Amino acid sequence: MSDLPRDKSIQLSHGGGGKEMNKLIRELFFAEFDNPILRAEEDAAKLDLQGANAFTTDSFTIAPLFFAGGDIGKLAVAGTVNDLAMMGAEPQYLSCSFIIEEGFSLNQLTTIVRSMAKELKHSGARIVCGDTKVVPRGCADGIFINTSGIGRILKPQISAANVAPGDAIIVSRDIGCHGAAILMAREGLVLESELQSDCATLWPVVEQLIAANIPIHAMRDATRGGLSAVLNEWAAASQVGISVDEVAIPVSDEVKGLCELYGFEAMDLANEGTFILAVPQSIALGALEIMQRFGHCERAAIIGTVNEAHIGKVVLNTPWQTQRYLDLPQGELLPRIC
Amino acid sequence: MLELKQLYQGFRDPTTILSLARDIARLADKLPAPLNVMEVCGGHTHTIMKYGLLELLPSNIEFIHGPGCPVCIMPKERIDQAAALASIDNVILVTLGDMIRVPGSHGSLASFRAKGCDIRPIYDPLDTLKIAKDNPKKTIVFFAIGFETSTPMTAVLLQQAERQGIKNLLFHINHVLVPPAIDAVMQDSQTRVNAFIGPAHVSVISGAKIYRSTVEKYATPVVVSGFEPVDVMESILRLVRQRIEGKAELEIQYTRAVSEAGNLAAQALVNQYFQTRMQFRWRGLGEISNSALALKDEFAHRDAERIFADRLPVKQIDDHKACQCGDILRGLAKPKDCKVFGRGCAPETPLGSCMVSSEGACNAYYRYQGIQKETVARS
Repeated sequence: MSDLPRDKSIQLSHGGGGKEMNKLIRELFFAEFDNPILRAEEDAAKLDLQGANAFTTDSFTIAPLFFAGGDIGKLAVAGTVNDLAMMGAEPQYLSCSFIIEEGFSLNQLTTIVRSMAKELKHSGARIVCGDTKVVPRGCADGIFINTSGIGRILKPQISAANVAPGDAIIVSRDIGCHGAAILMAREGLVLESELQSDCATLWPVVEQLIAANIPIHAMRDATRGGLSAVLNEWAAASQVGISVDEVAIPVSDEVKGLCELYGFEAMDLANEGTFILAVPQSIALGALEIMQRFGHCERAAIIGTVNEAHIGKVVLNTPWQTQRYLDLPQGELLPRIC
Repeated sequence: MLELKQLYQGFRDPTTILSLARDIARLADKLPAPLNVMEVCGGHTHTIMKYGLLELLPSNIEFIHGPGCPVCIMPKERIDQAAALASIDNVILVTLGDMIRVPGSHGSLASFRAKGCDIRPIYDPLDTLKIAKDNPKKTIVFFAIGFETSTPMTAVLLQQAERQGIKNLLFHINHVLVPPAIDAVMQDSQTRVNAFIGPAHVSVISGAKIYRSTVEKYATPVVVSGFEPVDVMESILRLVRQRIEGKAELEIQYTRAVSEAGNLAAQALVNQYFQTRMQFRWRGLGEISNSALALKDEFAHRDAERIFADRLPVKQIDDHKACQCGDILRGLAKPKDCKVFGRGCAPETPLGSCMVSSEGACNAYYRYQGIQKETVARS
């Protein structure tokens, strides 16, 4: 365990390649991410890869860095691991680059790194290489983290282009929690609320679905752009129509309430531990049962179907028998004025 | 503490909505002439489109989308002024919501922000106080927009700035008034509007009384409506009933928030700081007398328009020739009548302001509509 003093802050010298940087890497990063490949300290990690592999990268910049249900570190691990999982790939190796602003609290950095180490345990993936840069104060917003990941593909046919007419659309839990939690934290909203980000590693539940041989056509975590973005991307990539029922989409009262206050739609809000599946209708209930039983997806629900009407579009059926398009969210999410 | 869900629960009940739709359809057969309802407020346009209410109404009831979106009615020269202010060294421009996406003649505020101007969208005008305190060496300009609804919030911000002695906070005031805009619509010889859904949030502040003259002058019914689907459907039913009975009355459907008199404290605060402008040019409607507010002379030291008068462009800029936002705001055209709708003009590349704001008629049509037409074409 690290014995770095807790009241210190990051100095430019921590990124300078000298003693201070060495101490930071050894006493914090190596201590928390400990594994033989990382400890080898070669210029590059030597990996033993076989068969088809998925490779992904993502950069994480978020304000605030700590929020109900997670922090930037948890997000940086879960986000990249989830990108692999959504391709039916077992997450194995991650890289991790920190860009840290001069003056950043070492205490907070330690919390973030420990959070990453804890999140890695949910998938078994390991951080095998990394980089640390320190930039002068004012050049970054606290800390930016980039993670890349490699995973062994277990289900090669999963693709946004494989959604087919007759498929059922399943969502793994109630939507919009991450976006709403960030909004609350950012705006300092004082509401009586249990609202937490859904930030989580999805590999355990995906592993169960793969083990049960569920023929998954498409799978995607609904991150920025939310449910709307995933469904629209699928409709366009697979050249199908997607029809969803508003009443079937699980949304917590807290998220609904926040959407009311700001004029947002829960379907547009970001998620960090919620995924969407397209599976043949005949297997949908079976998939749902597995998710609910094994994967902490108690609120998983079948929300719609895939068809050949309105090709490339997503149609939302209202509870009063009218229809409208569920369009992609546009630009920055800004509150309505009226 | 009030639970947020109490704000909308019951007002989206499918049984109630369908029952109201049936009542409207039954009574609409008796209408002596088509009911052309202007929903003045963009919030209602959004509700109608988002909840697919058009599908529930008979063909002799038509919505005409009015000029009640503060973003849509902002003329380009005012946005150019905001951009000019943001371009001054050591100025931070602060504004609300969608305003940063509206195209001016040299680009939107978002594009000026990308060029390095310090422009900050906020949710709550009072957040501006913190920005001013955190940046004592900079001049903060609050680009104030909105109808009667948001004016009191600007007044509170000004009041706090005065009380707390915050000297580096200025205002560029673009607050506009609903009744003169309604007059402008009704005085247009081509208008087809014969009923109004009155803006709800405006009425919470100003009271339903501000529509009394509309009802009397033009013998046109006004129902002040809430924003939930049940609210809008019930308001339509009330308008249909009035028309059948040959009445033209002012009714408040949104009784849970609106009274005849409105919020007197808010009105007093607005009167303390603001005076009526002689002229204000509205996008689409042109110059309308006494239709906007300005800071009173005693607050000239807070008025960015006066302080930076020599830096602000005053040239009036008309919309793109192909853009029909003006006709749409006056109820003379529908978004889909516009040749550039969905082609050159889309939410990510708006030519006209009606496509920018989520309250804008074009934006609402673009996002939600089109299903019916496609269905008809296929059948």
